[in-house]
Amino acid sequence: MDENGISGYVRGMARALATEVSTWPDEDPQLIGSRCGACGATTWPKQDHCPRCSGPDMTELLLPRRGTLVAWTTQGFVPKLPYAGGGTAEGFETFGVGLVQLGDVVRVEARLTENDPAKLRFGMDVELAMVPFYVEDDGTEIITWAFRPVAGEG
Amino acid sequence: MNDVAVIGVGLHPFGRFDGKSAMEMGADAIHAALADAGVRWQDVQFGVGGSYEVSNPDAVTRLVGLTGIPFTNVFNACATAATATQVCADTIRLGKYDIGIAIGIDKHPRGAFTDDPAKLALPAWYAENGQFVTTKFFGMKANRYIHDHGISQATLAKVAAKNFRNGSLNPNAFRRKPIAEEDILASPVLNYPLTQYMFCAPDEGAAAIVMCRGDIAHRYTSKPVFLQATEIRTRRYGAYEVHATFAPVEEDVSPTVYASKAAFEAAGVGPEDVDVIQLQDTDAGAEVIHMAEAGFCADGEQEQLLADGATEIDGPMPVNTDGGLIANGEPIGASGLRQVHELVRQLRGEAGDRQVGGSPRVGFAQVYGAPGTASATILTL
Repeated sequence: MDENGISGYVRGMARALATEVSTWPDEDPQLIGSRCGACGATTWPKQDHCPRCSGPDMTELLLPRRGTLVAWTTQGFVPKLPYAGGGTAEGFETFGVGLVQLGDVVRVEARLTENDPAKLRFGMDVELAMVPFYVEDDGTEIITWAFRPVAGEG
Repeated sequence: MNDVAVIGVGLHPFGRFDGKSAMEMGADAIHAALADAGVRWQDVQFGVGGSYEVSNPDAVTRLVGLTGIPFTNVFNACATAATATQVCADTIRLGKYDIGIAIGIDKHPRGAFTDDPAKLALPAWYAENGQFVTTKFFGMKANRYIHDHGISQATLAKVAAKNFRNGSLNPNAFRRKPIAEEDILASPVLNYPLTQYMFCAPDEGAAAIVMCRGDIAHRYTSKPVFLQATEIRTRRYGAYEVHATFAPVEEDVSPTVYASKAAFEAAGVGPEDVDVIQLQDTDAGAEVIHMAEAGFCADGEQEQLLADGATEIDGPMPVNTDGGLIANGEPIGASGLRQVHELVRQLRGEAGDRQVGGSPRVGFAQVYGAPGTASATILTL
């Protein structure tokens, strides 16, 4: 088991929910965005044309692992299908969701590892973590990305 | 260009109607609007129909009369009814026809809206990961707004309580029982700081509006209500809106700000001229935020305005006099037309127990929804 509790640490047994959005299973994984060569606008995940100037000159950009929490809430009920984390209220645990500003590059919307409003603060430092999400029928562990408060915060 | 007048409004109550189809509700709303306008279906020269669940709103002609009129079906998420209103009004404004009808119908399954994320240009993982939930965006926006502008969670409860109270005065509303502020605060937290009773719910209903060229409106009514403007705007780069994987660091304002500004300019009036207001209260936070985005107050003033009862039916800036979405629910295709229905009733002085005081002359309606689309509509006597 690694520091994030991913038991399929022999990573052949684990798979990311989406492989194109981050560099996991590399060490210290980063989210993969794209940057416009013409106007500098940054997106996540990557896309072919710029959402600001509409130009085609987008190149891959690895995003900073750390950021600050710009906005947050909690998801207190089971999202409808195709939510992959289990479809019933039984066993569902409220999860945090936030808008995280990564450096001065871009803001990304993502799950948070913390779900307690008392422990979440606007402007708090957070960092990218890959965390267990659910286990498929064949035993494959599905990993998702989330932001967790940096030690010493909260 | 022609002026456009609303000469008839009709509403099928909003709520849950097991065994009744969306089309049947639409036909009822059409008959109510025709009766209100004093015209026959045969007088209607064209139609525009909006729905999310019904693929062909024009099929309602099977129930009301197969007259062969041109009929355009529209869908624009929560702005669907605003789009129907705009297309109907502009067709008359541009002189193609003299009398038209805009209708909206819907009958949603229970629970929060969902869809295939691909239909909103989103990756599949956005839904699988649990982010494809409109309410969590509203929770985030409300949480940040009340933090930044010093608004209390108790004020959000005040907004919801007002709308339930207004709904109790509205025979067409879904929720007709007042709910105490403490019960609203004590209901389960769905998306912090928003609790269950601070949210509207998808439901069922229909609405129809008959419009005509302004210069012939006197043939049908002694009190025409003029549709001065309906403006629709989508999100700009920089705005963080519902259903987004990312947002730029440099912020832009919400499309509601642009739509409202454009509507006021087109109508030649300002927020200070408005006597009765309809805002998209998907949740209590949205109503608070939209008050400022539409131009009715500065950010943060809502705390005092709500404490003073300013947005109550008898206040100086009544908001959601019919209970809004919180008390009526949201049948997407009909919701914006319900707003117009309420404004027309108020401007004519026909709103009964929920009639605002004085002699209201200007009404304003705003909707907002996925994926960051807003509209603003202005009606005047």
